[in-house]
Amino acid sequence: MSTKTHVTCIINGDETDFLTEDGESLLNALRDEVGLTGAKEGCGTGDCGACSIIMNGDLTASCLVFAPEAQCSTIVTVEGLADGDHLHPLQQCFLEGAALQCGVCTPGFLVASKVLLDRNPNPDDTEIRYALAGNLCRCTGYDKIVRAVKEAAVQLRENGKVQA
Amino acid sequence: MTIAEDPATTNPGYKWVGTRPIRPDGFEKVTGRAKFGADLYLPGMLHGAVLRSPHAHAKILSIDTSEAEAMAGVKSVITGDDFPPAMGKEKDMASNTIARDKVLYEGHVVAAVAATSRAQARAALDAIKVTYEVLPHVLTVDQAMAAGAPVLHDGMLTKGSEPAATEPSNVASRVIYQGGDLDKGFAEADVVVEHEFTTKPVHQGYIEPHAAVADTTPDGRSTVWCSSQGHFAMRTYSAQVLGWDSGRIRVIPAEIGGGFGGKTVIYLEPLAIKLSQKAGRPVKIVMSRDEVFRATGPTSGSRMTAKIGATKDGKITAADVHLWFEAGAYAGSPVGAAAMCCLAPYKVENFTIEGFDVVVNKPRVAAYRAPGAPISGFAVESVMDEIAKSIGMDPIEFRLANVVEEGDTATYGPKFPRIGYKETLEAIKNHPNYQEPLGPNQGRGIAVGFWFNAGMNSSATVNVNEDGTVNVLTGSPDIGGSRASMALMAAEELGVDVARISPNVADTATVGFNDVTGGSRTTLATGGAVVNACRMIIEDLRGRAAKQWDVAADQVEWVDGQAQMVDGSQPPLSLADIAKGWARTGGPIAASASLNARGVGAGFSTQMCDLEVDPETGVVTIVRYTTAQDAGRAIHPSYVEGQFQGGVAQGIGWALNEEYVHNADGVMENAGFLDYRMPVASDLPMIDTVIVEVPNPGHPYGVRGVGEVGIVPPLAAVANAVDSATGKRICHLPLSPIRILDALLEG
Amino acid sequence: MTFNPGGLPVKYFSPSTIEEAVELLSSGPNRRVFAGATDVVPQMRSGRPAPDGLIDLKGIERLISVTDTGSMWVIGAAAPTVRLTSNPAFVASFPGLAEASGLIGSDQVQSRSSLGGNLCNSSPAADSVPALFANRARAVIASGAGTRTIAVQDVPTGPGRTSLAPGEFIIEFEIDRPTTNSGDAYFRLTPRTEMDIAVVGAGARVDLDGAGTISSATLALGAVAPTVVRVPDAEAALLGAALTNGAPSDDVLAAVAAAASAACNPIDDKRGTIKYRRHVAGVLARRSILAAIARASAA
Ligand SMILES: Cc1cc2nc3c(=O)[nH]c(=O)nc-3n(C[C@H](O)[C@H](O)[C@H](O)COP(=O)(O)OP(=O)(O)OC[C@H]3O[C@@H](n4cnc5c(N)ncnc54)[C@H](O)[C@@H]3O)c2cc1C
Ligand code: FES
Ligand code: FES
Repeated sequence: MSTKTHVTCIINGDETDFLTEDGESLLNALRDEVGLTGAKEGCGTGDCGACSIIMNGDLTASCLVFAPEAQCSTIVTVEGLADGDHLHPLQQCFLEGAALQCGVCTPGFLVASKVLLDRNPNPDDTEIRYALAGNLCRCTGYDKIVRAVKEAAVQLRENGKVQA
Repeated sequence: MTIAEDPATTNPGYKWVGTRPIRPDGFEKVTGRAKFGADLYLPGMLHGAVLRSPHAHAKILSIDTSEAEAMAGVKSVITGDDFPPAMGKEKDMASNTIARDKVLYEGHVVAAVAATSRAQARAALDAIKVTYEVLPHVLTVDQAMAAGAPVLHDGMLTKGSEPAATEPSNVASRVIYQGGDLDKGFAEADVVVEHEFTTKPVHQGYIEPHAAVADTTPDGRSTVWCSSQGHFAMRTYSAQVLGWDSGRIRVIPAEIGGGFGGKTVIYLEPLAIKLSQKAGRPVKIVMSRDEVFRATGPTSGSRMTAKIGATKDGKITAADVHLWFEAGAYAGSPVGAAAMCCLAPYKVENFTIEGFDVVVNKPRVAAYRAPGAPISGFAVESVMDEIAKSIGMDPIEFRLANVVEEGDTATYGPKFPRIGYKETLEAIKNHPNYQEPLGPNQGRGIAVGFWFNAGMNSSATVNVNEDGTVNVLTGSPDIGGSRASMALMAAEELGVDVARISPNVADTATVGFNDVTGGSRTTLATGGAVVNACRMIIEDLRGRAAKQWDVAADQVEWVDGQAQMVDGSQPPLSLADIAKGWARTGGPIAASASLNARGVGAGFSTQMCDLEVDPETGVVTIVRYTTAQDAGRAIHPSYVEGQFQGGVAQGIGWALNEEYVHNADGVMENAGFLDYRMPVASDLPMIDTVIVEVPNPGHPYGVRGVGEVGIVPPLAAVANAVDSATGKRICHLPLSPIRILDALLEG
Repeated sequence: MTFNPGGLPVKYFSPSTIEEAVELLSSGPNRRVFAGATDVVPQMRSGRPAPDGLIDLKGIERLISVTDTGSMWVIGAAAPTVRLTSNPAFVASFPGLAEASGLIGSDQVQSRSSLGGNLCNSSPAADSVPALFANRARAVIASGAGTRTIAVQDVPTGPGRTSLAPGEFIIEFEIDRPTTNSGDAYFRLTPRTEMDIAVVGAGARVDLDGAGTISSATLALGAVAPTVVRVPDAEAALLGAALTNGAPSDDVLAAVAAAASAACNPIDDKRGTIKYRRHVAGVLARRSILAAIARASAA
């Protein structure tokens, strides 16, 4: 019998615990054990960004993290971006700007864009493109994604409330 | 004509069509709630895993599953023996789903298991013992057609060859389109340009790997959740592979994370259904990215020759094109469509287009956005560019001098109805980007593309709710905003606010048959069914109002979402009013419509690529990209632009870096995103779009498919721009830094 | 070749001291240290034999700290590279090494990837390694026998192989702060702008004396041989070279490029051809030396 590890951490503001095999990825643990399926597996090897989460403040590919590493960590997933029924400006701008087609890459892009705007409230196109280079989108050609991030940056600056 | 015709076709005075509301499924998708293929979990669900061939070509001598079956936690194991023999029309599909006596490519399914954990499923795969007799393999059309090449399929005689084939070979079929007199045409030419081209297989590259969950009862009824471009097709194909009646399988569509043609075929569904039946529990199978690359997609690699002659004042006199396409392990490359599309943009009297479908030991090709057309377009549009250069004519003017218009006969047969091709050329010519000066080491390339677009079968049901809101059910998966388009068309027809329409993608048990979302057909055909169902609803509503007012139905008209007396003698009745009183007028209000869409409008695109080449390293930077495409009528312009941009981005990737790399053993060496090199955000500029709207006379709103043709021009547009920047005509894709530097160093 | 995700039967350990890590590493037959796992996870998934014990080095404070002692920078071997690229003082000291570290993968990878992992994975294409070679970094190594310090250059011995003995791991890197005007630079060639593995990489470091002549130059190339390599002939050509308009003479630059091309011992593989790598090694050698000189001159 394999023994599992008990992991306790804070996910989207809530103390959460789960059991996991040591070799399991944090992505699988979030999806299978915690029931948060917003992060997707596009590759499982760090190449596509679909599994992006914010872990202890850093943008992270959750497929590259062993689940037990999450012990005592603070995690934000796409499910934690909205404030109740109030969408984060990035989410709103993605919707209004048609920055998603199939939408499978969208959780990863939203999470990565949030980290970018928290760090750099006024990025130019090139900065946005390089900051999002770890997120693959095959549907949009990135044009509308870059525009949506820029628009969200404007709104966040105007609201003066870049969220923590 | 099965889609209703409407004089409004030329009248853009729409209220909803052409607006950009937030898509109805958007909120789920930006909050992580939307359930894609891998996101479904059922109680008691097992993890499925698939054993695949490590060899490109081998006989399966034996498969011993006994050890795997005996392992703790392993609940079922299947091999080809669990399925009926592969035969008849569906033979290839059945044996591609799970190999029987032979594996034909690295990654071909050999067996599958279901177990209580991923780890156990994986361990069980290792415990299955397969004995192979490795056979010699072929990887390219040239290898496959060489004398003495190993033949993949014993009985395969080339269809369409002249004279008729008598010996089995790897050439599955030959197609030919001919007109006029080639010799005469070339004799009239002042300039003749001929080149040989090659392209590599490339993958659709959708970000969501294939996934399926099946819950099968012991008596063989199954409910399947999967992400596909057509759950009805998944049902039909699964039933065929299993030898079951279709009605025993219910397929519930998950959200689909991209397909581009690659999710019109089955891979996992029959395996999950069978594993679940044997285990008596639900089974989920999710492919890894590695499996996606090795065993699904791609589109054909090719070798081609294209020879075109023209007069010095820019008239094409003759064209001679020959295409050899890799089909992968089973017949069925898109060489036919490639042959039909490549000269379709031009009036050319004397031509031959010949195509060969060739099997090789690589994964079976699947449709990829305008299947075949980008490949043959690369050859023809490269040669067109050379001719324009050699006669000193602007590449757009050269094309305008040979453009097909309404009434012209296409090289593949039919006469063109109204098309907006010329308008796309003019849109680029008049675009400010066309005047932008180029810097050092920069070049500009122009290319055009054609795609038929598809029609096929669709059904829709429209249910009016008791408060006058409306549910629209279709069976077409929403890949890029089609729910929004359905809602907009229903709102336009019924005259109600789009917010009161809920569009739904319904499962195979709850709505009429729909073909796959593919061929750029959904807005046209499924949209046509929605429009027809809405019109049936309006007929019904007028009848109910007439009944209430005790007048003849023809005294009632439907205007702005209300029933009105022609003479205005009654206060109007809204949809909500009529719905509220439906018990008195005949019960609930619903209509279903089905159609086989005919009035398909062809798609044309003209594109311009500006790029810069680093002369010391061969690295290409795209500096500007402009695309103009005829959408007929843009129902939701944002998603139309998105389709244009997505097609261009995929085309640029295909042109510059994407390719399947196989080693000498036929094993894929770059089966991951890091080495397959699809464009990332920093590789691309903004993609400037011009939506040309020349309404399609075959659709109530003038819609043409927009999903595909955008990927046709980029391959040649990029190659032509590289030529413009460096003076080097490169006829082989991808245009990697290595290839470009090689050309530059040649001197 | 693998086809299925998940299910890796390994045990995870998170020691908080070097001693504990040393102990754990030697107390099982097939144990491995890791930092970001950005090489380890893809390798495990691709079916390479998995270790049965994984020792996470990030719980040890010393292995994730980045400090400026005044005379040198000490970089914890397991520190995520984002801690380097987001540290303005470090970037100011070694912009080339910072750039090279910042090229590893994406931001999603940067929060995990470490210099220790980049070096010990021992890929000839590892981006930070030419820059570490060029800056003559040293590695401090722990084992049951205590610690020892060696040149980073002596760590990789071949693709996937290092000179570290079983039971050893790297604690930190030391890089002396320059005492004269100095600059470093790293350039790589990849077909894509980001998310790609170097087809060729070139790291350079140039020190200038008071008169503005080159008092020392180092050049290291990645992805052109079984390990990252120094190019002594290029370094010799640069030594003592005078600068006009901020650059050595064309002859010297041509010699640098020729020496770089000659130092290549590449292979044809899925990422590049021998011919291409030789040519581009010369190009990038020149570009990285010029960039390093420009920085040294501005220092
Ligand atoms: C998507 C993606 C993109 C990438 N792009 C690049 C790129 O552009 N350039 C590049 O160079 N690399 C790239 N890599 C590879 C990888 O990210 C780097 O090599 C990284 O620096 C490895 O660091 P790590 O901490 O994650 O190593 P780990 O995976 O933790 O370890 C790697 C190896 O080093 C050993 N090891 C780790 N730390 C120590 C130590 N302190 N002492 C001794 N041995 C140790 C481990 O046992 C293991 O064998 C990429 C990886 C991914 C997933
Ligand atoms: S799934 Fe983690 S980066 Fe692709
Ligand atoms: S919207 Fe489909 S991958 Fe980005």
